[in-house]
Amino acid sequence: MKLPVKMTINGQSYSHEVEPRLLLVHYIRETVGLTGTHVGCDTSQCGACTVLINGQAVKCCTLFAVQADGANIMTIEGLAKDGELHPIQQGFWEKHGLQCGFCTPGMILSAYQMLERYPKPSEELIRHQLEGNLCRCTGYHNIVKAIEWAAEHMPAKK
Amino acid sequence: MATVASDRLFGKSIKRREDPRFITGRGQYVDDLKIPGMTYAAFVRSPHAHAKIRKIDTAAAARHPGVVAVFTGKDMTGVNSLPCGWDLRKEKKIPGVMQDLAIVPHMPLTSDAARHVGDPVAVVIADSHEAAVDGAEKVQVDWEPLSSVTVTENAARSGAPQLHEGAPGNVAFKWEIGDRAATDAAFKSAAVTVKKRIVNQRLVANAMEPRACVARYEDATGDLTLWVTSQNPHVHRLLMCAFVLGIPEHKVRVIAPDVGGGFGSKIFLYNEEVVCSWASRRLKRPVRWTATRSEAYLTDAHGRDHVTDAEIALSKDGKMLGLRVKTTANLGAYLSTFAPAVPTFLYGTLLNGVYTIGAIHCEVTGIFSNTTAVDAYRGAGRPEACYAVERIVEAGARGLGMDVAELRKKNFIPKFSGAYQTHVAVSYDSGDYGAAFDRVLQMLDYRKFRADQEAARKQGRLLGIGFSAYIEACSIAPSKLVGALGAGAGLYESGKVRVHPTGMVTVFTGSHSHGQGHETTFAQIVADKLGIPIEQVDIVHGDTGSVAFGMGTYGSRSASVGGTAILMSLNKVIEKGKKIAAHLLEASPGDIEFGGGQFSVKGAPGKAVPFGAVSLTAYVPHNYPEGLEPGLEETSFYDPSNFCFPFGAHACVVEVERETGNVRILRYLAVDDVGNVINPMIVDGMVHGGIAQGVGQALWEGAVYDGQSGQLITGSMMDYALPKADMLPMYETDRTVTPTPVNPMGIKGAGETGTIASPPAVMNAVVDALAPLGVDHIEEMPLSAERVWKIIQGAKGAR
Repeated sequence: MKLPVKMTINGQSYSHEVEPRLLLVHYIRETVGLTGTHVGCDTSQCGACTVLINGQAVKCCTLFAVQADGANIMTIEGLAKDGELHPIQQGFWEKHGLQCGFCTPGMILSAYQMLERYPKPSEELIRHQLEGNLCRCTGYHNIVKAIEWAAEHMPAKK
Repeated sequence: MATVASDRLFGKSIKRREDPRFITGRGQYVDDLKIPGMTYAAFVRSPHAHAKIRKIDTAAAARHPGVVAVFTGKDMTGVNSLPCGWDLRKEKKIPGVMQDLAIVPHMPLTSDAARHVGDPVAVVIADSHEAAVDGAEKVQVDWEPLSSVTVTENAARSGAPQLHEGAPGNVAFKWEIGDRAATDAAFKSAAVTVKKRIVNQRLVANAMEPRACVARYEDATGDLTLWVTSQNPHVHRLLMCAFVLGIPEHKVRVIAPDVGGGFGSKIFLYNEEVVCSWASRRLKRPVRWTATRSEAYLTDAHGRDHVTDAEIALSKDGKMLGLRVKTTANLGAYLSTFAPAVPTFLYGTLLNGVYTIGAIHCEVTGIFSNTTAVDAYRGAGRPEACYAVERIVEAGARGLGMDVAELRKKNFIPKFSGAYQTHVAVSYDSGDYGAAFDRVLQMLDYRKFRADQEAARKQGRLLGIGFSAYIEACSIAPSKLVGALGAGAGLYESGKVRVHPTGMVTVFTGSHSHGQGHETTFAQIVADKLGIPIEQVDIVHGDTGSVAFGMGTYGSRSASVGGTAILMSLNKVIEKGKKIAAHLLEASPGDIEFGGGQFSVKGAPGKAVPFGAVSLTAYVPHNYPEGLEPGLEETSFYDPSNFCFPFGAHACVVEVERETGNVRILRYLAVDDVGNVINPMIVDGMVHGGIAQGVGQALWEGAVYDGQSGQLITGSMMDYALPKADMLPMYETDRTVTPTPVNPMGIKGAGETGTIASPPAVMNAVVDALAPLGVDHIEEMPLSAERVWKIIQGAKGAR
């Protein structure tokens, strides 16, 4: 049995018939073909699959695709606008906040929501907010620096 | 142009050139690949630690909708065991062998018995991932469960369940290094001897990207392409073709695209990639497999798992007279690709540390157990050696009543360059061990720290400091030497420099980047040497179809071995360019010099021709030297003459909460000497990541098996405690620079230092913190709050 789903991803609308057991992350990666969202675990610990669903940072391995019917989703592919990097992406580049790059999309989208909630976070707050995202390469030092850089360079809110 | 010369790219922290694709979600990892007609593989694995296979019934699985085929080990006729690439046998004249390595079979799909939880016994291949997984659940295996052994110290005891017919008593090998008689004599003459049991627990690498592969066989041409999460695609190809499947190597192309971390775990040839390659040939369809994280915990090679008795002999005034080490190393159920090398030649040879020690003897017993195979994990043998030495040195200082820094300073090998012959075979390249240690003491303000600690102790606070003065062997390795020690491969590296007619450069390297940043650092070497903009340089790696050959990335060898191969080719390009330039400038080749991107005539600065013009001439050779071949492309293979030996001093300051046993890191300081550095930002990043993994080992991580059932209890990220951002501090890093004389760039290697140095620093700090309670040693890691709390409760001084 397949069910219809319809959602908007990075401003583009998609509709498919999917198995009810299909996880949203696999829908995004396999059905839609946006492979920037990664799968690093099977217990929702690693955060590599973090996307923004209706503005909230969500590990999209925790949802079935059918649960996201009607949702507005942004993945890492939708963050840079007209070829211009978002300050968080720029921060990760400037401060060497990535090595193998596998956790990076999830890290960046977690940071996106963090900076919306806390525009000027302390080091302690950044570390606490990243508790749901694992990185095995950087030891987190430069990820913290990257997010601090981004916070300094974010455009003022209208 | 003057700015180019003064603004050298070598040594500069430029931003990484690979980052734009990763931060925009456009990296290309194996699991991102989709090929028309692709099938999906799911493996049926043993739920038992040890069980005989009576029968496997695949009929129901084969009938499941969407299932294309089901295979067991019996279907894979003509397929050989996964090879072990390191031999330890007396007949091969391998030094130190006391009992020959038991080379036991390791079939891609086991058909007689399963020897660890997760051992694969069948594969289901289907049109969709879902159908494959559903089909796998329908495979019926008739198991006869057997008793199992997982505990390192129990495996070789009499009465333990036996894993392999060819390995009586579960002993894989016995090996020794050093001088037993001299060491015995040193201990007899010692004023103080201290002996401790030191356990280096089993770890899981946990690269964030799980292993994956896609195999595509093309029936029309007989070509097989394997995309695989590999640190060394050529090694994968060689092992799979020549040893396991017996298929022609030149008809197989192995591609390791973007790979999400390795840390050693992606060096080895694994069952799944062999099975998928074989199945693709059989089915004439592409086959994809990606590990779940649970499968990764059960099947990625684990690391460490040593139980050691270490003993140090000291004179009254604190001279290190002798070191005696006896280690049992758990190799798991099978021999992984390089498993026997790790607890022997990558371990025993580093026990001299950074000290002048009178005599050393080390004996290692490798054992089989019903656990996942153990092989190289970041550092591989060297962390275990550093851990044993740096823990027993501090225990010795306490036994002698001497400050831990003072004891070290009394025994450092004095500054040297060229050769320092150790008691354990290897000869160090260059070192200034005391300087790195003095620098970390200075950063700490060590005297002030001890005064502060005294004051804190009076208030009842448990503050401690621990050091680690480490050394490691990198730049792996001289082929002739490792061949004499049992390696089945040479450990050189290749580097090809292709100069295009327009002066653009493509470099083909056998090293592989899975986070190390080769596309940046290797391009820095090229742009620096040729004096051209870095934008004109591209680095190609990870594809046997385009790179001549390669031994890959591990043992911190990329920059020092792979980078040197590129440098050699650059020198050849420049030499040929001089001949072309001499012809164009009507001068003698001996009078041409190269610098700042120009070939010029010595003493006549006006007479010059730029690199790009020479490149064009090489491909449009109308006005060209007689007898010189057209084209500008050079290949080199670099085989190092020795290992390189990075070193340094780390220090960790902790506070232990008396009521809970929780350990908090207040400061972590690292002074590393990795020789010359191409990109300091990238080296710092690797040091940070290494420290996090080592601190993780000391405080949280550990693969734990249930002693009764043999189940892996820490089989998911919920159960295996990986360090998170809020568990770690900012790291205070610095460097001393002692270039190696081994290679022309003076690079020692930087990928593993942090992981090697940090566990003993953290452990020593906690022991120091608990010293007022009468604690003088802690045997086991990780220092969970529970473990520390129990130690506090059991300590004399706490009552």
